[in-house]
Amino acid sequence: MPDMSAIVNPQQRQFNPYAENGGTILAIAGADFTVIAGDTRQSEGYSIQTRYAPKVFRLTDRAVLAVNGFAADGNMFVKKVKQRLEWYRHAHAKDMPLRAIARLIQTMLYAQRFFPYYVYNILGGIEEDGTGAVYSFDPVGSYERETCRAAGAAQSLVQPFLDNQIYFKNQTAAQGSPHPAHLPLPDVLSIVIDSFTSATERHIEVGDGLEMYIVLARGRTLPDAVAGLRPQELPSAGGEKVFVLKRDLKKD
Amino acid sequence: MSIMEHNGGSVIAMAGKDCVAIASDLRLGAGAMTVAMNFEKIFPVSDRIYLGLTGLATDITTLRDRFRYLVNMFTIKESRTIEPSTFAHLVSSTLYSRRFGPYFTEPVIAGLERTPSGGLKPYIAGADLIGCLNFAEDFIVAGTASDKLFGVAEGLWEPNLGPEDLFETISQTLLNSVDRDAYSGWGAIVYVITPEKVITRTLKGRMD
Amino acid sequence: MSAFHSTKPGFDFSNANRNAFLEGKGVKMPKATSTGTTIVGCLFKDGIVLGADTRATAGEIVADKNCEKIHYISESIRCCGAGTAADTEFITALISSNIELHALSTGRKPRVVTAMTMLKQRLFQHQGHIGAALVLGGVDATGAHLFTVAPHGSTDKLPYVTMGSGSLAAMAVFESGWRPNLERAEALQLVVAAISAGIFNDLGSGSNVDACVITATETEMLRNYVMPNVRVEKERKYGFRRGTTAWTREKVRDLIVSEEIRPIAVIAGGEEMDTS
Repeated sequence: MPDMSAIVNPQQRQFNPYAENGGTILAIAGADFTVIAGDTRQSEGYSIQTRYAPKVFRLTDRAVLAVNGFAADGNMFVKKVKQRLEWYRHAHAKDMPLRAIARLIQTMLYAQRFFPYYVYNILGGIEEDGTGAVYSFDPVGSYERETCRAAGAAQSLVQPFLDNQIYFKNQTAAQGSPHPAHLPLPDVLSIVIDSFTSATERHIEVGDGLEMYIVLARGRTLPDAVAGLRPQELPSAGGEKVFVLKRDLKKD
Repeated sequence: MSIMEHNGGSVIAMAGKDCVAIASDLRLGAGAMTVAMNFEKIFPVSDRIYLGLTGLATDITTLRDRFRYLVNMFTIKESRTIEPSTFAHLVSSTLYSRRFGPYFTEPVIAGLERTPSGGLKPYIAGADLIGCLNFAEDFIVAGTASDKLFGVAEGLWEPNLGPEDLFETISQTLLNSVDRDAYSGWGAIVYVITPEKVITRTLKGRMD
Repeated sequence: MSAFHSTKPGFDFSNANRNAFLEGKGVKMPKATSTGTTIVGCLFKDGIVLGADTRATAGEIVADKNCEKIHYISESIRCCGAGTAADTEFITALISSNIELHALSTGRKPRVVTAMTMLKQRLFQHQGHIGAALVLGGVDATGAHLFTVAPHGSTDKLPYVTMGSGSLAAMAVFESGWRPNLERAEALQLVVAAISAGIFNDLGSGSNVDACVITATETEMLRNYVMPNVRVEKERKYGFRRGTTAWTREKVRDLIVSEEIRPIAVIAGGEEMDTS
């Protein structure tokens, strides 16, 4: 006798197309540079899928994109953005400007409004006027230009720390020395590293490795303190410069 | 909706050099609505012990009274003041006795403990809602902004801070954390406990 | 001692009705700290080696980076705990206390099976609501014994055991490395390798390795035996200039009782006290 209840009673089945793969990204804009960083751990539940899965990608000589959330969607999204940028290059014989890439990303995300890419994007780079810029997005394309932004699993741990250290929130300035609008590159890099080591201490999904992309405005060189860290320079057409700096994070 | 988020509020304690500090926000809410901006969550237990309670406001008030009663009974029976570590275990067993019908509160304890040699050393501890103690050498956090507090404290805290430097560090940690939490904020209060004195300061922060 | 403070033994259920009402209204009940955990134990030539990591988690946040998961039962019996942190803490403390009383009343050294039976009976009575998963080990008059006790009260007696979210990672190490009659150093090394596998491959486990070696003659608690996860020095100092935080009101309570001694003026015409 077959199980009649299975035929008589309504059955419901579900497939969940999304996963959450942990990790954290962050970006900080300076006066003439931008730092975009992310950890390299990819996890699901209590398991580490890989200790090295890049979340930060160079798009052009002056644009770097960090993606965080569902890794499969993230990788596919980056692939599609890169494809659109290549088409732009073929059509216009130049790289797409940063603010245009930001608008492109909005359009691409909103196109999937009812089956979204489950990804938080942070775009960093150099604007056409030579200033550092950070654009942050939600999964369906709402975006904003900012000076700094953290996203991902440890966003809640890192963002208030950045508010305090980058925006000087809740700090009263000393008499006659107001807070600077932009910090120099060495200071920004050390705050980025400390943000990630702190997040690694308290968040189980953050760790293994740290990749920091530095985008320098046209005609600028790395300060000695940063050059001493021996960042790897990526090949570029000669205008803006892109460097990668890697650090180990704790692996527990 | 979680019951721990209903009234909101956060507490943090930090250890320094021969001193401890404990701080909280002042919000009392009912879900997303703010009801009061003067709801204190930190209470003196003895001269050198302060207790912070986060979670459901009714349980905060009940437990405050209950611990006052239990500490008074201890003081009378033992003819001595309670030590922070003893008090921590009193809190722990009181909460665990209600393992299957808990009070919805996460306590934070900060004080100065008498050493066998007669000195005073910093003591901070925390517990979950059923009384699992957490001893830390650096800081303890609790409440709706606990994630933020963990992140900022992990970045800002350093060992051997004196009372005035500890005040700055704990205040900055609290203010920046509650500013990113919808359920905490609306004023803050800080207690710095040293062997000589207890300094209480009401902070100036965002009121939105 | 009225209704305000119950003197009855056992749990107090007076909030249970209120909380059930709240839960019925769709309020989410909060989660207690749990020890994600890797805990292990293995038999060797002269006794037992127990091991544990030191991470306690609340969801994906690390609540305690260096907690103690190897609990004292008696001088030569110890118990590792995984699961709901408060439950492992309190059930081991209770059984430790009862074992001490038992030892006093029988005049004999306690046995591992006794502790195991007390633990499983209490866990079974509570039908799995006490969320403690334990690894119990020790040496007594009948030899070295190693047990696991599951939250519902079932037990296993095996030469090498693992529990917690890192149990598979740790068991993989044991399955490839354990053999009968290991030397003390070999067994300790194997336990460290098993816990390390949990620390590095299971996100619920982390920080340091605690170990405990129990033989007929002595018990060695090796707290933080290996510390492979010390935080590197920060890139910057984050001290603030004094006066950075704005405040509106200050109250200082002086804890020092100061006395000023003022000699009483000599009464005019009166004789001065002889102080010679």
